[in-house]
Amino acid sequence: MKNEKFRAVIEPFANGFVKNNPTFRLVLGTCPTLAVTTSAMNGITMGLATTFVLMCSNLLISLLRNIIPSKVRIPAYILIIATFVTVVDMTMKKFIPDLHATLGLYIPLIVVNCIIMARAESFANQNMPLPSVMDGLGVGLGFTLSITLISIVREFLGAGAFFGMTIPGLSDFAMSIFIMPAGAFLVFGFMIVCFNAAVKAFEKRRAQGGQAK
Amino acid sequence: MKLLVSSSPHIGTKLTTQKIMIHMIIALSFPLVAGVVIFGLYALTVVFVAAASAVLAEMLYNKLTKTPFTIKDCSAVVTGMILGLNLPPNVPLYVPVVGSVFAIMLVKMLFGGIGKNFANPAATARVFLLLSWTGVMRSYMQPLDYSQGVWKALVSGFTKQYITSATPLADIKSSAVTGVLPDSIRLLDLFLGRTGGSIGEVCAIAILLGFIYLLIFRIIDWKLPVSYLAASALSALVLYRGGWTYILPTLLSGGLLFGAVYMVTDYSTSPNTAAGKVIFAAGAGILTVLFRRFSGFDEGASIAILLMNLIVPLLDKWIPKPFGYRKPVKPEKTAKEAKNG
Repeated sequence: MKNEKFRAVIEPFANGFVKNNPTFRLVLGTCPTLAVTTSAMNGITMGLATTFVLMCSNLLISLLRNIIPSKVRIPAYILIIATFVTVVDMTMKKFIPDLHATLGLYIPLIVVNCIIMARAESFANQNMPLPSVMDGLGVGLGFTLSITLISIVREFLGAGAFFGMTIPGLSDFAMSIFIMPAGAFLVFGFMIVCFNAAVKAFEKRRAQGGQAK
Repeated sequence: MKLLVSSSPHIGTKLTTQKIMIHMIIALSFPLVAGVVIFGLYALTVVFVAAASAVLAEMLYNKLTKTPFTIKDCSAVVTGMILGLNLPPNVPLYVPVVGSVFAIMLVKMLFGGIGKNFANPAATARVFLLLSWTGVMRSYMQPLDYSQGVWKALVSGFTKQYITSATPLADIKSSAVTGVLPDSIRLLDLFLGRTGGSIGEVCAIAILLGFIYLLIFRIIDWKLPVSYLAASALSALVLYRGGWTYILPTLLSGGLLFGAVYMVTDYSTSPNTAAGKVIFAAGAGILTVLFRRFSGFDEGASIAILLMNLIVPLLDKWIPKPFGYRKPVKPEKTAKEAKNG
């Protein structure tokens, strides 16, 4: 009994990384994925901001899931999400104004981020608060990981740098197309291919291992 | 008696892909020879590296995906040569390598190999390189000065003893506001190739020779280059204040002529029907001049061709041509009368 409860909490969290990976599996939140990932710092900040909003909105929506009439649930979700986005926006403006300026419009745009809407609609309004929070955390961290990976690749190829530190000898040969929108699509596509190929290979190996036992 | 059962079409031709590509290589060698005479042996090295790395990239892809080798059709050589001829004569050698690998692996092979690429691999790779290493791709050396010894001039690309200068395109662009052609633009120089520019694109006469060669052997369809050039000329007439004085400089400078003969005419990235071909090539011509006149870059030919490549599937869909289709004969009157009766 206790084990089952534990699983109900931990499973949504673990699923967020691979099975429900928002960027590579569900292909949600493509707008920030393509626009913000020009440098690794941008990617990680955007991911963490989204994670915070996702956790809080999942919690509140899960708590209110029996109160919100289902006909007006979308405006209600947006209201809840926008509240937390405003909190994030103001906090970032106060404490990390430089990053806030670079991310600019994309912070307010978290309101209409489809990852958050999707998790609210498909998970939080059908589940208990604790699993919902864990789902928000898992999916959010999965998103953070994915866009950080994309932005590391783009920053490495496009600016010859790693988290803002230029790599000597490489930055002279940096291919600036990778920090342009065209490069974002290229890297995004290849990362989806690599991620799904890796997951497939892993699952195949696990299935074979299970058979051998 | 031996009976063979096969599906139509039953009429064969001796013109194989390999033969077409060898004709293309011969046609491409005209601007290549001109480029080597104008810019020296380093230009030859650039084109050779581009072609060689294109072939190696295709072999590597075949090896990685465990598919049969497809390099025998020589299309990789053609792609590599077109790309190499589209590069400045003084680029560092990593540029053609990366460009060829991008053209073959990403644009051609990932979409299924020859005939299935959505865009011209060489044009796409050139745009990719232009956006990647803008500074390197926009520094053009001046034509060689043979007065100080032929050999010294020929190897000046290796010894870095050359002068970079603005291309005619930059002069045309900056003069577009006033509408008066600068004195540096001389039509004879543009025609013979005594200007700065990419390896293959400077010598108009060599490109025209290649064009005639391809027309004689019926490798390319004349409609594509002709409508491309006509649309470019018309757009130049309309868009430049200088009017007709800009038509010939526009056609002869930069990669416009080279693109018209070797890049617009690519089989897999041009429409199947005559009407589609005219629309495709004319669109590319208008876009080329628009880019030259108003965009941040001097040259727009490869970007224009790339953009129009993306419309080709739509053009083929809108203007369909069923296999073996012939114009219908006018319906006979009796049928109508019978219907009325």
